[in-house]
Amino acid sequence: MSTLTRPPITEEPTALGYVETRGLCKHFGDVRAVDGVDLCVMEGEFVVLLGPSGCGKTTLMRMIAGLERPTAGEIYIAGERVDDDVPPRARGIAMVFQSYALYPHKTAFQNIAFPLEAAQVERSTLRRKVEWAAALFGLERLLDRHPRQLSGGERQRVALARAVVRDPRVFLLDEPLSNLDAKLRAVARFELKQLQRQLGTTTIYVTHDQVEAMGLGDRIAVMDKGKIRQIGTPRDVYDNPADTFVATFLGSPPMNLVEYDERTLVGFRPEHFLPREAFGGEADLVTYRLRVREVEYLGSDRLAYGYLEEERRSDQPVIAAVPITVTLPIAEGEAYEFAVRRRDLRFFDARTGLRKPAPS
Amino acid sequence: MSSGPQAQVTLAPPAPVFARRTLADRESVLGPLMLAPALVYVILLVGVPFVLAILLSFSSATAGSLDFNWVGLRNFTRLLSDPQFHRSLGNTLRFMLVSQVLVMVLAVTAAHVLDAAFVGKRLVRSLLLLPWAAPVALASMAWVWIFDSTFSVVNWTLKVLGLLPGWLYWFGEPGLATVAIITVHVWRMFPFATVIVLAGMSAIPQDIREAAVVDGAGFFRRLFHVNLPMLLPVVTVAVLFGVVFTATDFSVVWLLTRGGPYNSTHVLATLAFQRGILGANLGEGAAVALFLLPVLLVAAVVMLRLARRAEVGT
Repeated sequence: MSTLTRPPITEEPTALGYVETRGLCKHFGDVRAVDGVDLCVMEGEFVVLLGPSGCGKTTLMRMIAGLERPTAGEIYIAGERVDDDVPPRARGIAMVFQSYALYPHKTAFQNIAFPLEAAQVERSTLRRKVEWAAALFGLERLLDRHPRQLSGGERQRVALARAVVRDPRVFLLDEPLSNLDAKLRAVARFELKQLQRQLGTTTIYVTHDQVEAMGLGDRIAVMDKGKIRQIGTPRDVYDNPADTFVATFLGSPPMNLVEYDERTLVGFRPEHFLPREAFGGEADLVTYRLRVREVEYLGSDRLAYGYLEEERRSDQPVIAAVPITVTLPIAEGEAYEFAVRRRDLRFFDARTGLRKPAPS
Repeated sequence: MSSGPQAQVTLAPPAPVFARRTLADRESVLGPLMLAPALVYVILLVGVPFVLAILLSFSSATAGSLDFNWVGLRNFTRLLSDPQFHRSLGNTLRFMLVSQVLVMVLAVTAAHVLDAAFVGKRLVRSLLLLPWAAPVALASMAWVWIFDSTFSVVNWTLKVLGLLPGWLYWFGEPGLATVAIITVHVWRMFPFATVIVLAGMSAIPQDIREAAVVDGAGFFRRLFHVNLPMLLPVVTVAVLFGVVFTATDFSVVWLLTRGGPYNSTHVLATLAFQRGILGANLGEGAAVALFLLPVLLVAAVVMLRLARRAEVGT
């Protein structure tokens, strides 16, 4: 492997990116699938492109892969400009598709060996590398099977082995876990993260699943309507969303947004919004009266849906996620004092949706 | 709600709620009824002549009399020692094999070209099907002119380009006549094969094709290691059609060369016609015509088996 140790990831990347896009656009007719994206991924970094379907994240990745030609803008990989005429095979990338895209007529061995054959790797080296990649994913005993004889999880690992086998500069992963069942997905997520740490390969990962994004990414780029709305560490985008889209897209249930004044919305996370008594004697709290309409018991939490009595609009319910350790009674139809720490409040411009400082 | 003693007990006969089954609902009647015309057609025009041909091949029947003498396998044994028959059988196989190889190479090439995006693709696609749609007699007449010994446009073109020192008598030499026949076969068959291969290509998932691109495979590696193996079942069907069409084709050879020069380009179909109809020896003609039947049957079974084995699940 070229890089076995991971370079340290700084919070604020300053050096030139390993994978970089500048003003990247892709228009399909009138549709602006990707609309001026500046993305900078550092060497060895794991960046997740997160967004709802149709936000342009897959198109962005496909342009980096070279499967889609940009309408405008530039792409750099390892300092080399590739957007124009560098074909996918010359970009040093490996891609894992959502469908895995295994060659159905080839065995697992032949599938993994295919990129090496294409690179005309010598036979004995090829065998050694395929065996190394197979061992990495515990596929040693499945190598002579065809894809149709493999389970979903096994196919996914063959696809990953095929991606790592030729030592790419960049991994591009397009929702590689979404065809796995929930239980397998958690394990696969853990393994994927371990692997990326071990190999230290720069990785760009597309998903619409925020749990995957939070769990995997060194940084997350939240996309909407062809634009990156915010890019930062999982903690950063979760705690300090740049706008109301990011605030409500991340988090389940999403951040509560209520009117603060004419020009300002105030947002707070459901898990920060707890019965007043739960805070004990703490000072610097903001208190609301929540009229509870519905209580959901979720095991680790109770979700209380209701409306603030101070709020004039009541189209959007306010949600409180009360951990099960808070045993205070919450009954449907009753109104309670709920509170949130002042430092947990986030303010947004009511018109543009952009983050703004707390009004004085 | 009425209840107890006040309840009326007289009941009007209920109005029918459900429509009765009509003829249109009864598949067991309707099915055979609608199939009947086709069945009658097939039985009368294919089944009866087929059985008749089998019977005739075991007889010494001639066109001149109504006698029917059972001669067993004598027609077949006589054919096996007939050099003209050997020649025709060889021609049939040669035309079939060479034209099928060329057809498949051309069809796969054309399908890849048509699969790429370019302006006017639809027009080219529909033009491509013309040779297949054109009536074979008409098309063969055109080819007769193209290969005419005096007016051949092929010769003329080669001459103008300075590539032809002498003159080519297309239907006058066995080798050239063979080339001409194979050319027309290829020209006729390849559009159909192209359409089949195109259909097969569109069935290859986009992801897999892109994976091959990202994996660094060049055009030929993608063609031979990804596309063709995945096309195999479809290509097999195309080849099977082509084999049956060319092996049983009568019109191309008959219209171009009538089996000439000096009976060198006869295939089994034209030889059967010559012996059985023109030569009035119905028994022998039938034997010639039927000779390939078992061979084609075996070929069909083998190829369909191969296709099923190659069929790939994802």
